[in-house]
Amino acid sequence: MNEIAINVSELRKTFDGKDFVLNGLNLSIPKGKITVIIGFSGTGKSVLLKHILGLLKPTSGSIKVLNEEITTMTMEHLTKFRQRYGMLFQYAALFDDLTALENVLFPLREHRREISLPQMVEIAKRRLLDAGLDEKHFGKIPSEMSGGMRKRVGLARALALDPEILIYDEPTTGLDPVLTEMVDNLIASTHNLKKGTTSIVVSHDLYAAFRIADNVAMLDAGKLLLFGTPEDFLHSDIELVKRFVTKGVHRKVESQAHEKLEMSRE
Amino acid sequence: MSYLEARERFNQTFDGAFLWLFKRLRVFIIQVGEISGFASKSIRLMFSRPWRIQELFSHMEFVGNQSVMIISLSAVFTGMALAFQLFLGFKRLNASGMVGSIVALAIFRELGPVLTGLIVAARAGGAMAARLGTMRVTEQIDALEVMGIDPLQYLVSPRILASVLVMPLLCGVFDFISMIGSWTICIHLLEMDEAQYWERINVWIKASDIFQGLFKAALFGLFFSIICTHRGYNTKGGAAGVGSSTNRGVVLSMVMIIIIDFFATNLIKIFLDWKEVLLR
Repeated sequence: MNEIAINVSELRKTFDGKDFVLNGLNLSIPKGKITVIIGFSGTGKSVLLKHILGLLKPTSGSIKVLNEEITTMTMEHLTKFRQRYGMLFQYAALFDDLTALENVLFPLREHRREISLPQMVEIAKRRLLDAGLDEKHFGKIPSEMSGGMRKRVGLARALALDPEILIYDEPTTGLDPVLTEMVDNLIASTHNLKKGTTSIVVSHDLYAAFRIADNVAMLDAGKLLLFGTPEDFLHSDIELVKRFVTKGVHRKVESQAHEKLEMSRE
Repeated sequence: MSYLEARERFNQTFDGAFLWLFKRLRVFIIQVGEISGFASKSIRLMFSRPWRIQELFSHMEFVGNQSVMIISLSAVFTGMALAFQLFLGFKRLNASGMVGSIVALAIFRELGPVLTGLIVAARAGGAMAARLGTMRVTEQIDALEVMGIDPLQYLVSPRILASVLVMPLLCGVFDFISMIGSWTICIHLLEMDEAQYWERINVWIKASDIFQGLFKAALFGLFFSIICTHRGYNTKGGAAGVGSSTNRGVVLSMVMIIIIDFFATNLIKIFLDWKEVLLR
């Protein structure tokens, strides 16, 4: 049986005291696997992510991450605990006054004070190369980088402290199909490289979810609608899942057709 | 309109106005509470590990060193204009010899700290709000939190401490340069007696006049940095939100500096009187 990395039970969250964004959510994310969380907009994916990171306190319910209850942790403990996470933000969230190398060095300087600076630089360079960034771009600041390069640097920074849990917040939103595929491959290759790391991807992109996921969790109205393998989703009888799958496949076919048309024009 | 209708309309208007006032008061109290919590946490984090020495010096350089030119330029013209205006006024009373000492008193006690506060709040406070606002909307602050770094300790505490430490120094620069401006006008343009000019200043100005100005400058540094970092840190809504936070931060800081100046001046006066009584 799979070990559980994150266990969410009866999680409820309301911001205004009336409407519940998360409404009794139960979810177990297995250790060492890629779990993709999908759902229509406004179903509580980002709110769930913020709860897992301890950025939001739930109205009620429990969240156990690596067997530790994070909803009752003190701020000091939580700040320390977060070193076990790595996160790639939607737009990478790189520090805009630091170069690519300095961005990756940043968490090392903060949390690995026992190692020397040259060793830190060595680790940071290795992480950037692992994330697929060419050495000639190490000295660039974020405004001089392309979207893909920023994602690579963001991923290298997320990997800097060898996290046990890697979280990707809508990593392909707003990217073109080529870049989307690149990011998907990056997630898959990073997962293979860092064996044992639990990866959580929050995404709208069903096609990408099916390509990289070991498990897919679909949320609806603040509750878990379905949790299973990509095959379970394809063969599901739940109407909402069927609609999501059909729309996702249609959009992928449309986008591929559009891509072909663009290429033929060129 | 009948009497009853008029009375009903008056009651509705009165209730509406009362409700509006109550709502505004509630929002104001909540905001003051929020800012107080934010400030107390940021100040507490200044004294806990890890020490942010590098950030502190970097912000001191930004708030202090990079403000020296603009402060000096403003100071020299303030000193000159004030000396000239006072000369024109005092000449009518045949008391033009007092110009130097009155300029010094006004600059050291009031204009030095207030103008330094206003200038630095606009320059550095605005930059603080804009920087933190941008970091908030581009998720850089969230990234810090996820990395296990307290953003208040890393971003806010060093900015507040730097402002408090640097403002008295900038005020000192303002005082010194504006006195040079005043001296230039009085001695070289208005051809006043230089010995009398310095002698009057020496008699009239006490060390406490200078120190109270420096103290007020530190107080203004504390307030504008708290207000501007609070606005920037809690920015919402993209680029427009950053603009709005910066604008509100700077405007509120400037208004607060003028309000606080009044109360601080009175409290300092009470403290000095009380000290004098005790020492007697």
